[in-house]
Amino acid sequence: MHLLLFNIYDQVRSLGWNGAFTLLRDGVVLGSLYSLVALGYTMVYGILKLLNFAHGDVFMVGAFIGFGVLAQLGGPLAPALGLVPLLLVMFAVAMLGSGILGVVIERFAYRPLRNAPRIAPLISALGVVFFLESSVQLITNSTHSEYSTFPVFGPLFTPMFSVAGNPVTVVQVLIVLTAIGLMAALMFLVYRTKLGKAMRATSFDREAASMMGIDTDRVISATFFIGSVLAGAAGVMYGLYLSDTYFFVGFLYGLKAFTAAVVGGIGSIPGAMLGGVLVGVVESFAGGYAGGQWKDIVVFGILILFLLVRPTGLLGSHAIQKV
Amino acid sequence: MTEAEITATEKAAPPAHPLLKLDSVDTYYGQIHILQGLNLEVQSGELVCLLGGNASGKSTTLKTILGIVQPRNGTVQFEGEDVTSRSTSYRIGKGIAIVPENRRLFGPMTVLENLEMGAYLHAGGAKEDFDRVYTLFPLLHERRRQLAGTLSGGEQQMVAMGRALMAKPRLLLMDEPSMGLAPILVERSFEIIKQVHESGVAMLIVEQNANVSLSIADRGYVLSTGRLVLEGPAAELREHEDLRKAYLGR
Ligand SMILES: Nc1ncnc2c1ncn2[C@@H]1O[C@H](COP(=O)(O)OP(=O)(O)OP(=O)(O)O)[C@@H](O)[C@H]1O
Ligand SMILES: [Mg+2]
Repeated sequence: MHLLLFNIYDQVRSLGWNGAFTLLRDGVVLGSLYSLVALGYTMVYGILKLLNFAHGDVFMVGAFIGFGVLAQLGGPLAPALGLVPLLLVMFAVAMLGSGILGVVIERFAYRPLRNAPRIAPLISALGVVFFLESSVQLITNSTHSEYSTFPVFGPLFTPMFSVAGNPVTVVQVLIVLTAIGLMAALMFLVYRTKLGKAMRATSFDREAASMMGIDTDRVISATFFIGSVLAGAAGVMYGLYLSDTYFFVGFLYGLKAFTAAVVGGIGSIPGAMLGGVLVGVVESFAGGYAGGQWKDIVVFGILILFLLVRPTGLLGSHAIQKV
Repeated sequence: MTEAEITATEKAAPPAHPLLKLDSVDTYYGQIHILQGLNLEVQSGELVCLLGGNASGKSTTLKTILGIVQPRNGTVQFEGEDVTSRSTSYRIGKGIAIVPENRRLFGPMTVLENLEMGAYLHAGGAKEDFDRVYTLFPLLHERRRQLAGTLSGGEQQMVAMGRALMAKPRLLLMDEPSMGLAPILVERSFEIIKQVHESGVAMLIVEQNANVSLSIADRGYVLSTGRLVLEGPAAELREHEDLRKAYLGR
């Protein structure tokens, strides 16, 4: 313990302000991805009080759909499309594909268990996790798919600007801006549109919502679609940024995004956004100062701490219900 | 009969179908038999009250009408159409609205948004629908930006009624509109109910407060453990010995 603290102190000093900025930058970028995935957990929890543990794997499938499009259109020698159209197609197909996957999961794994004891959909969720991971493992033959083997992405990794000599690359800016844009669109949808209002009404009191004529099954489907679309976008951005995509990647990232949702307050949309960035930054600093092996320990330590001490999270109103 | 005679009989006949008709309805919760062979009708423009003690099945009757619970036997008909196997949102689209038990407002949403939800199947409400509701309840206009959960009980009751009226229903169901209101507010609510009824809306009102509701109703039904035990014109029911003993306390 003593030694660890000494090492951290040493690292903080030797990395200095520049090092701290780099860690903050990396944390915010990573955290933007966590935020997008956390939104799906939080929206589904808000409306069904269900922890959709398959959500991390929707993110993973999104990353693979993006890679599939890339392999079709972005061939290493002669890409069929330029960088920008290629990215647009990858995002569009992955978001749509993930969205549909989310709707199908709800329809077949959760809806039939709507009135079953609360443990039942949770077990069903684990079934979906194994089903998706094993399917992707089979289809991809357990290989790691690397977005970075496609030279078309070269320009994404050039610095866009620097802060006190520390470069910020195009892909980092792209991730943060896309995440902000998607979250703004989500806020608009939830607070300003009819569907969004129906989602909030259904979250608060499903039976009362149906007494207003709201088709709550459709609203629930829409909620899964939207949350999964965001996870699909995050999956593609994960591939672009960290490249290494394999069937198990949804597990760890899903759990971290889940941590973000709990930290922000499960059920709270602004909470998921805040929690994602916080978890990303904490993880980045833990890795930078204490060493990479500490990243996950710190993040999941925070998860446990919040569940024990502040289950409502920072901005949430309802505590996670014990199953 | 000649053709002229047929037309004449058709003209003289009352409307072919009641607005709402429950035909020997049996509703269960799991194994528990709640509504037992219930027959009930509401005519167009009529004000009907449904009385009964706690747990007699009044709220269950309203939920059966809306399709929130499905009857095991029997049918629910709206304007002569059998809607028993239709979804709740279909039935509401046909012109039914409800002021639910305990109001069930959307607490974290504003008064305005609550009213919009009432008009969900009517594109969120036209301006004249809001105007109509704000004329009945001027306070709601003042408080339209306030979160519904932070209103007082009396104010919440206004939102619940306003929300239901946003749908321009032809049949308005009300589950204990006087619950939790001070006597003066009960009187005012019933005045508004009367006013809405006079504008042509048929109503089925569930009440424990038999005195007030029978005083404005055309007809009444009395439920006891899921069975109808009395029915008839409101004036007759008010004089009925058993009912007076059981509900009117005099
Ligand atoms: N969802 C449900 N599951 C199981 N039983 C239920 C359910 N809803 C109501 N019941 C039971 O059905 C019976 C009738 O309930 P209902 O709510 O219709 O009574 P009520 O006449 O409206 O009473 P109150 O005046 O107290 O509101 C009660 O015994 C109640 O416990
Ligand atoms: Mg009741």
